[in-house]
Amino acid sequence: MSDSDPLLDIRNLRIEATVYAPGEVPRNAVIVDDVSLRLERGKVMGLIGESGAGKSTIGLAALAYGRGGIRLTGGDIYLNGREIRTASPRQLRRLRGREVTYVAQSAAAAFNPARRLMDQVIEATLRHELCSKAEAEKRAVELFRTLSLPDPENFGKRYPHQVSGGQLQRAMTAMALCPRPDLVIFDEPTTALDVTTQIDVLGAIKTAIRETGVAALYITHDLAVVAQVSDEIMVLRHGKMVEHGTVQQIIEAPREDYTRALISVRAIEHEEKKPTQEPLLRAEGITARYGAMADDVLSNVSVDLYAGQTLALVGESGSGKSTMARVITGLLPPRAGTITFDGKPLPPALKARSREELRQLQMIYQMADVAMNPRQTVRTIIGRPLEFYFNLRGRKRDARVQELLDAIELGEGFADRYPAELSGGQKQRVCIARALAADPKLIICDEVTSALDPLVADGILKLLLNLQAREQVAYLFITHDIATVRAIADSIAVMYQGRVQRYGTKTEVLNPPFDDYTDLLLSSVPEMKLGWLENVLATRKMESAGN
Amino acid sequence: MHPVLTLVIQRLALGLLLLFAASILIFVGTEILPGDVAQAVLGQTATEQALANMRAQMGLDQPAVVRYFQWLGGALQGDFGVALSNGRDIADSISRRLGNTMFLASVAAVVAVPLAIFLGLLAVRYRDRWPDRLISGITLTSISLPEFLLGYIIMFVFSVQLGWFPSVSNINAGMSLGQKLNAVALPAMVLTLVVLAHMMRMTRAAILNVMQSAYIETAELKGLRRFNVIARHAMPNSIAPIVNVVMLNLAYLVVGVVVIEVVFVYPGMGQYLVDHVTKRDVPVVQACGLIFASVYIGLNLVADIVSILSNPRLRHPK
Repeated sequence: MSDSDPLLDIRNLRIEATVYAPGEVPRNAVIVDDVSLRLERGKVMGLIGESGAGKSTIGLAALAYGRGGIRLTGGDIYLNGREIRTASPRQLRRLRGREVTYVAQSAAAAFNPARRLMDQVIEATLRHELCSKAEAEKRAVELFRTLSLPDPENFGKRYPHQVSGGQLQRAMTAMALCPRPDLVIFDEPTTALDVTTQIDVLGAIKTAIRETGVAALYITHDLAVVAQVSDEIMVLRHGKMVEHGTVQQIIEAPREDYTRALISVRAIEHEEKKPTQEPLLRAEGITARYGAMADDVLSNVSVDLYAGQTLALVGESGSGKSTMARVITGLLPPRAGTITFDGKPLPPALKARSREELRQLQMIYQMADVAMNPRQTVRTIIGRPLEFYFNLRGRKRDARVQELLDAIELGEGFADRYPAELSGGQKQRVCIARALAADPKLIICDEVTSALDPLVADGILKLLLNLQAREQVAYLFITHDIATVRAIADSIAVMYQGRVQRYGTKTEVLNPPFDDYTDLLLSSVPEMKLGWLENVLATRKMESAGN
Repeated sequence: MHPVLTLVIQRLALGLLLLFAASILIFVGTEILPGDVAQAVLGQTATEQALANMRAQMGLDQPAVVRYFQWLGGALQGDFGVALSNGRDIADSISRRLGNTMFLASVAAVVAVPLAIFLGLLAVRYRDRWPDRLISGITLTSISLPEFLLGYIIMFVFSVQLGWFPSVSNINAGMSLGQKLNAVALPAMVLTLVVLAHMMRMTRAAILNVMQSAYIETAELKGLRRFNVIARHAMPNSIAPIVNVVMLNLAYLVVGVVVIEVVFVYPGMGQYLVDHVTKRDVPVVQACGLIFASVYIGLNLVADIVSILSNPRLRHPK
């Protein structure tokens, strides 16, 4: 091995897995096909693609690890000049956690709940006998400091459940860096975090990479994120490489159509509509809490939504935006406040509402798969509200189901499929059709695009906008994603700790002057620009120094 | 107050309540049997007058509630009355035999619990391969055989054929620990085989349940040995179900050894209970019932408390 050799050299990698589809004989599927990549020491390569692109699988292949039934069936993987795809379990044990380490998407699940953070952070270092326990702990504390964790001396004494999600993600980075590996695989390390937390973790990871000089594979579906930390980017689709280049080339001069589509995602233009006379839905002074909890989850929330328009409730996890949906649907009667719908007061509790009131207010959920009965066909799923609200049966019902399927741009033949035979985007479309079947005046959309890939999510947003223009249905759109809000909202309520922090038309809310929280929230959304992360962090540092 | 302390105190209170309920059941159960102690002592031919005298003498003419509280009050002070069949103090006879039963149970437990957990870990380590199948096969066979048959087979092999251990497990206060261990070797072996399968399979299932977790993958990607991954990362998260099954089996070692004690003529509680049931000696049966109930409830209480303590979220609140 010489210094001119790349650290990681993957040649013509082929990865296969056994797929167990319901009702079918298990079959072999190619997950990754003919992918090659070279990573030099100290460099960071971003792997980007949608779900199913094989990016995590390739990341784990750098540890010669296959999840579940995944097998690395062809090609060569050289790490530090040694071929590892065919290495023995014993050789792999010596390499994993020493030469190459892994940072998982959900640190909350990847830390053992029964053991202290310090024990887990230094475990690989001790297991490989790289240094004494005292030295390892000293190094861990230094890493905690580099990653700006609070009280670095004592941080390791805590258990995983005692620290926040963002802190755990940084602790996982410390765990990966502790044995001084040559290569770290970051697998969507910030995807599960709120944007304001994501920017801090991203900054900490970038600092740690720079200070330790470690090389990294950074896996994500968010091009704006990967542009901040990588030197080069590889775009993957369906297990094949689409394009590979420097960050600058990929985001400024992409060669392939698919890359261009990924970059232009969320560029939907939406002209905002002005408030009309009477609101369709008026919530006034809503205060609510769950069961015997001591604190209110919502306090004094007032918003208006006009017929045929979209109100976006935007905020981070725990801001109370989903609770607001539960209050409006009657699942959680508020402790105080009233809801007026179409000029009439709406009974607070679900049981007290008439069938007609229920019909006018429908809901679409984040997880389309669990919102449908897996043993019913699409026809039964969409047909149910037609029977329940309009007493449509037989041929009349089927004709209406077909109309609705056309409306959601799913053609002939979908009526007899089961949910398991649909893709993620198709499932969400069926849920939209089911909501539309009731011919509602208002649909509450709770994070309906969060679980979808960007391009698929774009399609859903466009569909929702078309349907709104045609059917004059209003949306209460709950999301944490600012780009989605820009694409679809007419008015916006920014929620923070159970209160409305900022409320108005889209133009008013998204333009200065900002309050502190909205400013923090908006400036934390990654932008597809080189150096964006440094600029934001530097500005914030100056501002806090100025104060 | 620390939330764990609150939980533990709640469990203790519940345990006491349960024990109280069990004592009522035991008393009522023996009460509704036809005939009473006076009848049992004097026999079918006794005159009405003799029975009445006997009842007055033994306090049996009092209402059942009064007698229940007298019995419970005595039991709480360690006074279970006298046995009808031989007139001896029950507490006296029991304490010696309870000690013997506990000794046998402890010997079996000390061997069986660590062995079961180790075999469980091993079965997970070599899941679906021959060591796993062998362990499952042997333990399932041993649990499927009736314990008296298992007892006689082991007696035949180790006592009759090989002559290593005595076939009759007689122990007394004058023996050294080594002599005692030698005496109980065979019944302890049978008990171990009987409880092994249940505990081992639960350990295997509980650990396999957490082997799917993301933190197991993290541990594997640290380059840890497979057995270390199982023992250090999976095991601490499956303590609660394992402890529950272990405690149920420990309770069985104390309460369920009747057959084994009879097979090996071991002077424990089981033998004592069987002897006195055949003689319809109600006070002895009640006393044994109450002691068995306490052992059962006590061990399950321990299991509950250990489960609570094994949860880091409860031990170390935010």
